[in-house]
Amino acid sequence: MAESHLKIAARRIRRDRIAKAAFLVVCLFAAIALLDVVPVPRHEAGGLRLDRTALDALFQKEVEKSYSPPLAGTGVLNRHEFPLKSRHLLGTNNLGEDVLYNALKGVRTAFIIGIVPSVLAAFFAVFLGLFAGFYGGRIDDAIQYVYQVLSSIPAILLLIAMLMVMERGLWQLCVALGVTSWVGLCRLIRGETLKVKNMEYVEAARALGASDLRILLRHILPNVMYLVIIEMTLDFSGLVMSEAVLTYIGLGAEPGTGSWGRMLMTADRELPNAIWWNLAGASVFLFLLVLAFNLFADSLRDALDPRLRKD
Amino acid sequence: MGLYILRRVVLAVPTVLGVCLVTFLLFNVFASPEAIARKQLGKNPTAVQVKTWITAHGMDKPMFVNLERGRDGRLHPFDSRFWNHMRELVLFQFPESDYLHEKVGALLRVKIVPSLTLTVPAFLLSILIALPLALFIAYYRGTYLDRVALFVCVILMSIVILNYIILGQYLLAVVFKYFPIYGYEFGLGAWKFLLLPVILAVAAGLGGNLRFYRTVMLNEVRADYVRTAMAKGVSEERILFKHVLKNAMIPVLTVTVLSIPFLITGSLLLEMYFGIPGMGNMMLNAVNNHDYPVIRTLVYIYSLLYIAGSILTDISYTLVDPRVTFE
Repeated sequence: MAESHLKIAARRIRRDRIAKAAFLVVCLFAAIALLDVVPVPRHEAGGLRLDRTALDALFQKEVEKSYSPPLAGTGVLNRHEFPLKSRHLLGTNNLGEDVLYNALKGVRTAFIIGIVPSVLAAFFAVFLGLFAGFYGGRIDDAIQYVYQVLSSIPAILLLIAMLMVMERGLWQLCVALGVTSWVGLCRLIRGETLKVKNMEYVEAARALGASDLRILLRHILPNVMYLVIIEMTLDFSGLVMSEAVLTYIGLGAEPGTGSWGRMLMTADRELPNAIWWNLAGASVFLFLLVLAFNLFADSLRDALDPRLRKD
Repeated sequence: MGLYILRRVVLAVPTVLGVCLVTFLLFNVFASPEAIARKQLGKNPTAVQVKTWITAHGMDKPMFVNLERGRDGRLHPFDSRFWNHMRELVLFQFPESDYLHEKVGALLRVKIVPSLTLTVPAFLLSILIALPLALFIAYYRGTYLDRVALFVCVILMSIVILNYIILGQYLLAVVFKYFPIYGYEFGLGAWKFLLLPVILAVAAGLGGNLRFYRTVMLNEVRADYVRTAMAKGVSEERILFKHVLKNAMIPVLTVTVLSIPFLITGSLLLEMYFGIPGMGNMMLNAVNNHDYPVIRTLVYIYSLLYIAGSILTDISYTLVDPRVTFE
């Protein structure tokens, strides 16, 4: 069932030129993120070390003294020109780091932030939504109460509160974003389960002696999975953008983690001095990934959602 | 109607208590008093400093039930962290800010005004702009114009708000000097400082709003009453601007009323960039200074507003939709 669902969706997306282009862009970004995962061994005095990724090996440049424009031969620090150690395609930032390299480092973080919280949220939502819808009664009441309470707290405040009590870090950020984003999907899955559980094929499975667990996992879950896929792709862009904003207000991952939000932090002081490349690098990467994913997600939703399929 | 409101309010009580419980868990169980004290006291506090801080904030008391005899030799079983926390929130006896050393309640009263002067105009303006535009797009649904408009919406939605603010402030205030760059003034003089933030808030939300309202309109266009009206020979303009617009108000209302609490949060980033001394600014300062009492209180107050907002939404349904009754 789920498979044919996906096949139909894939066929529809192949026919949609914009969605296809968007998917290619997403794949390109994913490839960059993967390059940043694969370690490249190098020989040091202490033996073999694995702390560099393929992306580092390809793009990491020597750190300069300070700002330098794209492809310039010299940079300027306190009105004195200084020679650069190498050419930088997108120039360097206030710390002399290569802007292109920083922007590329942001890709892996973006994918982690775009995927891990939604997986966490989907796990909660599926588990609780299925149980609430399937068993009803007290269990349903309890689960509904939990998400009623959580959804009454504005997400941004809950996020801030959680990030304040936790240590800084990428994974902590993922957990906080996951906890604040499962309620909507849980509601949808509960509703869908309520609808599906009284269908004839579920009754037939029960008549054949299937256990509750088997019915939930084999018969109901595949029929609500489309909701999970839609929600996860639609959430990606929002999550990536919220990472930038959260990092910007000081609640993001620890320094040293690649982040477009961190690159934007210095931008408002740079622009009046005609330093545009740092802002441009971060913004263009962020915009392209978010736009491509938005277009792809919209098309996927149109293809997967049976409620939208008739026309 | 009175009875209905009363019932909704009573039903909201467990939710409010749940919110209190969540804030208690967050700030007392997940974060240890020691960790909070160390963050609040800054660099390398001595053990004595930490201890004094914890005692002064009543965080050395037992978690739930106090079984020790007090100084007066009597039992005070409810003098525990949990009960003090609940009492504080439920009775609106908000604590003192750790950083500003002022009561949070008093701070809120000062900070709420600038936030409202920023967000209320932005909110009204964005409805006034997005709704007619959405109707216009819905009128041309299925045409080339519709598709282009949708694509533009997605592009607008894909630009992070930071970019709107950074570029807007730089181009319109720094380069062209149409607006002041930074600052705020209480009273009527505020408008010139608010103009640019309001414009940017509207611009940043335009794509998403437009797409949402368009979807709402299109859902209505497929309804039976539209087909009936068409069969009667009512002109398409009249159907769209009279029948559809009226019926589309219900989902629009839901979003509108539910976003009221966020009006007061202000836009965190806008306030920060343009130096507007509102709630968003207060929140950011609290974050940067590890001011837990402020955040704790804000979480509670916004949740109350949200719950009140959702009750108001349900009431307003009955006012605009005769099919919905108070039962």
